[in-house]
Amino acid sequence: MPDALFLVELGGVTLLLAVLSRIAVRFGFSPIPLYLFAGLAFGEGGVAPLVTAEGFIEAGAEIGLILLLFTLGLEYSARELVDALRASTTAGALDALLNATPGLALGLIMGWDLVPAILLAGITYISSSGVIARTMDDLGWMGNRETPIVLAILVVEDLVMAGYLPFVTVLLVGGGVGRVVIAVLIAVVVVGAVLAAGAWFGPALSRLVFSHSDEAMLFGILGVLLLTAGLTEALNVSAAVGAFLAGIAFSGPAAERARSLLVPLRAVFAGVFFIFFGFRIDPGSLPDAAVPALLLAAVGGGTKFLTGWVAARRGGIGRRGRIRAGAALIARGEFSIVIAGIGVTVGVEPELGPLAAAYVLLLAIAGPIAARFADRVRPARATATV
Amino acid sequence: MAVVNEVELPGIGVRYEFVTEGGARVGVVHHRTGERELVLYERGDPDTSHDLLRLGPEDSRTLAELLGVSQVAKELVELQRQVEGLAVDRLPLPATSPYAGKTVGATAARTRTGVSIVAVLRDDAAFPAPGPEFGIEAGDVLVVVGTPRGIEELVVLLRAG
Repeated sequence: MPDALFLVELGGVTLLLAVLSRIAVRFGFSPIPLYLFAGLAFGEGGVAPLVTAEGFIEAGAEIGLILLLFTLGLEYSARELVDALRASTTAGALDALLNATPGLALGLIMGWDLVPAILLAGITYISSSGVIARTMDDLGWMGNRETPIVLAILVVEDLVMAGYLPFVTVLLVGGGVGRVVIAVLIAVVVVGAVLAAGAWFGPALSRLVFSHSDEAMLFGILGVLLLTAGLTEALNVSAAVGAFLAGIAFSGPAAERARSLLVPLRAVFAGVFFIFFGFRIDPGSLPDAAVPALLLAAVGGGTKFLTGWVAARRGGIGRRGRIRAGAALIARGEFSIVIAGIGVTVGVEPELGPLAAAYVLLLAIAGPIAARFADRVRPARATATV
Repeated sequence: MAVVNEVELPGIGVRYEFVTEGGARVGVVHHRTGERELVLYERGDPDTSHDLLRLGPEDSRTLAELLGVSQVAKELVELQRQVEGLAVDRLPLPATSPYAGKTVGATAARTRTGVSIVAVLRDDAAFPAPGPEFGIEAGDVLVVVGTPRGIEELVVLLRAG
């Protein structure tokens, strides 16, 4: 039974989200770091830990994760994924190599097991397509020559996640080599099956769910989405991956409408997701994580910049475009938190959560700032005005 | 028409680019949200672009109208002034018309009345110079040019077939 305290706590959290997103909009940066801060302050060991609303917020966070990945999948059609993969294989491989290595290395140096180190590798690798797309749009970079190259790298990263997430989920379940191999096979089959179903039945399914009534359409999408996420989770492939694949499978007018219907819902639950991640981290553990996080952020910022620079140079882009491409890619965000969240839920390595939180806090703020700075780089030589 | 270069922006939309007769490189970003951006590239430095305008769906229609379609109307007025006895009119296609759901060609307007259908207005969009295969629907407004008498005949024709 919801009592007064429950409603007051939930209302307080929601109001806090409102204030924070207002601040983020006002100053033109991503609200993700602010949500994480708020979670730290009101969770375990924070200034005012919540008592009664925690269970509800946990369920909300799970839904937030699913919506976050579903809408990400909706952004891309299967054709765009294939095109981007074909055009950016080399840049994508370089990106993975340069940016996963620092995380993996630091994890192993700190004496972690291999599995949490692989999680950290994923956290340092993946850029935030949400933060980056928004920053580039705000700065008016959609007309720039290097923009398709940057976007293609993001697409490849998101696609890599579709394989990486089931892989680490399997590793976390653990067991002998035989069990891991079987679980990986199951994951591969499920990912393949959902994508194939999307390719064959996607249009039919989209038509089935499509309705001119917002209400009927919304329930239809949520039903299909939660079922897919639940089934994939039951097969140890992770609900996040199921949701992402379902998003890719949706297409046509149904996808357009789904996007516009789900965006407000996603905003609410994704905010809850980030706050909840902060909840589970004891702010007292942050100072210990500060030094490795700073180190990792410095290296991770550098390797992403290098990735963008090299990819843009390969695309025949000039110096300023290369700087912009490099700076744009620096931001980390939602996906790093998604990966860290999986690790924290299983409880593999106590230092993983605080380190990931500090790392994302640093780079989600530094990335957009670097991009704004890159925009002010003057041309090498004076050019005629138009 | 100049060669239009199409660039996919995954997750965002499509960008179209072309070089104007004057040599300026212009880009139009089609966001999936329906928003449009007008971009101008600096001459001699393709890596410097100026984000000139951001247009909502309504703004894009207004701009397109100002740039192109209303020119049709203006030219028609001009034409009407030059050719004595020429009439321009807008005829709505009634729902009961036998031609609703048929094509421009099916009306045989020019053969039977000497009147040309020079544009079709539908909702907020305008389709200039529709070919004989162009489908017309109830509620469309046909922009026609001909003699006043021919247009009167066409009105009857559209109503009764």
